[in-house]
Amino acid sequence: MNATVRSDRPITGAEELWYLRLYVAGQSPRSLHALANLKRLCEEHLAGHYEIEVIDLIESPSLARGDDILAIPTLVRRLPEPLRRIIGDLSNTERVLVGLRLLPEPRQ
Amino acid sequence: MTAKPSIAADQPGTPREAVERLAQLPKTPTGIHGLDEVTGGGLPRGRPTLVCGPAGCGKTLLAMEFLVRGIVEFDEPGVFVTFEESADDLIANVASLGFDLRRYEADGHLVIDHVSVVGGMMDETGDWDLDGLFLRLGAAIDEVGAKRVVLDTIETLFGAFSDTATLRSELRRLFGWLKDRGVTAVITGERGDGTLTRHGIEEYVSDCVIVLDHRVTEQTSTRRLRILKYRGSLHGTNEYPFLIGESGISVLPVTSPGLRNTVSSQRVSTGVARLDAMLGGGGFYRGSTVLVSGTAGTGKSTLAAQFCNAACSRGERAMYFAFEESQAEILRNMASVGIDLGQWVDAGLLQFQCFRPSLLGLEAHLFAVQKFVTDFDPTVVVKDPVSDLMRVGTVADVSAMLARQVDFLKAKGVTSLFTSLSTFGDPAHAGEQVASLVDTWLVVKTMEGNGEHNRILSVLKSRGMAHSNQIREFLLTGQGIELADVYVGPQGVLTGSARQAQEAKERSDGAAWQEDLEQRRVNLERRRESVEAEVADLWREFENEADIVGRLLSHGSTGVEDRAGQRAEQGRLRRADPDESASIVRMSDIQIGGK
Repeated sequence: MNATVRSDRPITGAEELWYLRLYVAGQSPRSLHALANLKRLCEEHLAGHYEIEVIDLIESPSLARGDDILAIPTLVRRLPEPLRRIIGDLSNTERVLVGLRLLPEPRQ
Repeated sequence: MTAKPSIAADQPGTPREAVERLAQLPKTPTGIHGLDEVTGGGLPRGRPTLVCGPAGCGKTLLAMEFLVRGIVEFDEPGVFVTFEESADDLIANVASLGFDLRRYEADGHLVIDHVSVVGGMMDETGDWDLDGLFLRLGAAIDEVGAKRVVLDTIETLFGAFSDTATLRSELRRLFGWLKDRGVTAVITGERGDGTLTRHGIEEYVSDCVIVLDHRVTEQTSTRRLRILKYRGSLHGTNEYPFLIGESGISVLPVTSPGLRNTVSSQRVSTGVARLDAMLGGGGFYRGSTVLVSGTAGTGKSTLAAQFCNAACSRGERAMYFAFEESQAEILRNMASVGIDLGQWVDAGLLQFQCFRPSLLGLEAHLFAVQKFVTDFDPTVVVKDPVSDLMRVGTVADVSAMLARQVDFLKAKGVTSLFTSLSTFGDPAHAGEQVASLVDTWLVVKTMEGNGEHNRILSVLKSRGMAHSNQIREFLLTGQGIELADVYVGPQGVLTGSARQAQEAKERSDGAAWQEDLEQRRVNLERRRESVEAEVADLWREFENEADIVGRLLSHGSTGVEDRAGQRAEQGRLRRADPDESASIVRMSDIQIGGK
């Protein structure tokens, strides 16, 4: 199910573009769950300046080597730099936001 | 964990059936020198094998060689997943062993996949699995049709995921998946504290576990390999030393399998005719092992050199391992006793390998010797002296190494001569330790007496030949070694100048005796002459007397008649009895004639 998911709102270019890649494996519930979670989060926080590329490793397993993918699902923040990687089905919203640096890291 | 070397005990059926069942367990030969021998044919086919040990023990190399040998020797493509080193580092590191990984990659026999987890812990935002790794690995396996897979070192993943429960279950699933794919996998793991691997993955890989170790004793490191378990297969249970040499790993089984060397009854000359004679004529058996032990300066090296010289004279190749002297020194020293080894070096028949044993570890030493001998293929090998190896390891280690060396040389039919410097009174000595391994043991020592040291040689043992029990004096002359009889007399064994003096004395004693005899003969002759002269004188005297008497007798008969006539006349005149007077006269006549 390789696909590109864009914001419902048109990209204006006024804000910094977020380019995300989500690696999944087929139509597994976990993969679908992750994509739904990601889309919801992006609409909430990055509306109008994000783009998600969904890569299905069952269809194109060779792409796994490019971003060094081990775990499924893996979300890679390609832009803005630096590259960040978070794994899991993105159900823990707070951790996703921290991982993507949309929230500051919680004080230990 | 215990090894299960045999299933015969807990399964019904005869031992033969059990063996047949074992033989059916499919194995994948590793192609690694010695490892297939130890594992009874290789790793379990289609199953994962765990190779674990401390850092720097050679896990990665063993795994890589397993793949490379698979590609080169068994036409089995492979996938190498590296979690630590980058592919470039890996390729560079094994290039020195002649493994051209780039070529195997280009030829479509090998995939190297570097899984980098250097980014540290990943943020986990919910459920995950390792499908990414599975798919990646599956793609790589499909790409080259891999039969062999290496995961080096998968435990690195524990540094990347905080949810170890998920990771463990995923690893368990991974090993099961590898089995399902039917690939023979090698999984490496670093030794943990009290466990085989840091995170206990041996729990999931239970078919075959190989433990590597890297120990340093007396500044010398030895790598060792042990098959901890091998489910459903017989395997060697010992620790086997192994080496990383110029062409990869070599596992060295401690003993040759079953001492099944072919033996030769052919003899090879020792180079000293008299010594050949002492060994029942002909010299050493071809392919036998000879130990020459002795104290310092007894001519051990010279004996060894003469042995090489004899071999080269026959047109055979000889190899001289010298641990104390350089080639130039040996050539010069041997030339001084008339042994010209230089000509054989020039002719390519003699090769010197001069190095200090401490330069290499024991195993590396053994390996080096095997390599040199295999490359040069000599019929005669000298190691001078093996006692130097004692500095490299413990007595037990050196003995074990020499035993393997002896096995190797015997298997190749090489006649080998080891010299050993002995310090008497020290039983824990390589010379004495190796004595039971060798077939012939010559002892050279010096005897002190008459203010000098002289060398003597004896054959302490020589298997399978009627050897002399005599002590011989061992002389280094300008024409090499000569053996001389020692003088054994009431004063004990005499050697050197004492022997020469004794021989001279014997010679002079003999001359005097001859002279004496001659004198006696002359004297006897003279005596005979004088006796004969005396006898002649006596005869002459006798004959004179006999002559006189004869004459007297002839004269006397007439006289008696005259006197008888006179007496008769007188008797008649005196009127005497005629008979009486006649007898008286006759008696007196006889008395006169007897004188």
